[in-house]
Amino acid sequence: MSTNLKRIIAFAINDFSRNKGISIAAIFVLTITIMLVTGLFFFQGMAGYLTTQIQNKIDITAYFNEGAKEQDILDVKDEIVKMSPNIKNIEYVSKDQALESFNEKHKDNPVLAQALEEVGNNPFLPSLNITTNGDPSQYAQIANILQTSDFSKLINKVDFSQKKNTIEQVYAITSNINIFGIILGILLIIVAILVVFNTIKLAIDNSREEINTMKVVGASNGFIRGPFVIQGIIYGFIAFLICFVISGIFAFLLSSKVGVILPGFSMFGYFLTNWWIFVLIQLGFGIGVGTISAFLVVKRYLEV
Amino acid sequence: MIKFNNVTKIYSPETTVLHDVSFEIKEGEFVSVVGKSGVGKTTLVRLILGLEAPTSGEVYFRGLNLNALDNIGIQEIRRKIGCIHQDYKLLSKKTVYENVAYIMQVEGKENAEIESEVHKVLEVIGLKDKVNNFPDQLSGGEQQRLAIARALVNQPDIIIADEPTGNLDPYNTYEVISLLQKINKTGKTVILSTHDREIINKLGKRVITLEAGKIVRDEEAGKFII
Repeated sequence: MSTNLKRIIAFAINDFSRNKGISIAAIFVLTITIMLVTGLFFFQGMAGYLTTQIQNKIDITAYFNEGAKEQDILDVKDEIVKMSPNIKNIEYVSKDQALESFNEKHKDNPVLAQALEEVGNNPFLPSLNITTNGDPSQYAQIANILQTSDFSKLINKVDFSQKKNTIEQVYAITSNINIFGIILGILLIIVAILVVFNTIKLAIDNSREEINTMKVVGASNGFIRGPFVIQGIIYGFIAFLICFVISGIFAFLLSSKVGVILPGFSMFGYFLTNWWIFVLIQLGFGIGVGTISAFLVVKRYLEV
Repeated sequence: MIKFNNVTKIYSPETTVLHDVSFEIKEGEFVSVVGKSGVGKTTLVRLILGLEAPTSGEVYFRGLNLNALDNIGIQEIRRKIGCIHQDYKLLSKKTVYENVAYIMQVEGKENAEIESEVHKVLEVIGLKDKVNNFPDQLSGGEQQRLAIARALVNQPDIIIADEPTGNLDPYNTYEVISLLQKINKTGKTVILSTHDREIINKLGKRVITLEAGKIVRDEEAGKFII
């Protein structure tokens, strides 16, 4: 390590420990803002989980004519997979499976069982049950394939048109949640950056005269700026450590409560699965904003 | 060593601080720049340090036009100048030792050399018992001595003292001026900016007198006449 770099680091550590009040204030503000960004990441995770859950529950069913052969239906299935490879799932349900499923579902309802007996034969039609990636345009595309391809003569009805409004509404809601999240996130991050910038500016304002003196005695810009930038890194790193521990504890404590609102979603599990993203976000934001703020503030004073 | 060539400094259309100033200071000279407060003495010092650029004209340091130098060039020049300011310009968050050592650290000197030189200069200046004190724990006289120690430690080619006795009592004033005379006797160039009549008249050295931003007198063994 060069002598100058060693000196710059030593100056930074000295200044950091001698200005405890300012250092603590800067770390506190950075911690709060990193927590805010972390909160947004948790929110994004929960919103993502919620939209996936909703989208997974929406499917499209194509009912085939009474006499349609199984092989023809499986050909339709292959055609759909070929033309629309992004679909999540496609399942063939035969007449017998449909009846079995109905009986299983309504085994405690004697009225329905009796009604079915009166009909005499199996009234269910064979079908293809398709789950897409949630995008309404994909639903429309599949419905289009089913209705216009050569296979349309085999198909009795497609329930897309009945579900169309619901699908579009759900898609609009999930899109809005994402857009709202992104806008809110950007706004909050801008506010956070401004708050951190101003806190670091206040911390460095205190040293304005010193910066001027350093210039007068012939110190290079790097030699003057270095200790402040390294202090920014120290602020950011300490704030990151605090935030990472707090996020883990919060995720653990709130996990069961969030699980009640959002069944199946484990906040702590989300934290553990994505721990490295949390590290990147918190460390990147903390050190990034701390360092860039210090760099910009000192640069301004060096130009005066 | 230093040459001002038709230097004019205008801060705003209404404020012309220096007007067509020309003079030259040779190596080893002791030159006093005198004039009332606000006459442009500090601006003159700032021009030599490259902290201001002239509105017109040129300032030369050993033949180098300061205006034509880049940032690194200006920093090199500043390191050759030991400057003592009226407001001391000490680094308030550094100890007495660190204040003096900083000047050598800026130059990239080795730690062993820094330690030896700093202790030596602090002993000469009478601050060896206060190495761990911060500037705000020193008296006015001690702060001024620290500023002098800082200006001397790098053994600069030239010492510029801008109103160095402005905040000092007569005893400390005498001490500072004696020290500047001793430094000059070692062959260093000294530029003293002051409005203290008594000091100038006792020195019997070259005096440049400024009035309303112009040089009205430049005399060897001059007197304070305003």
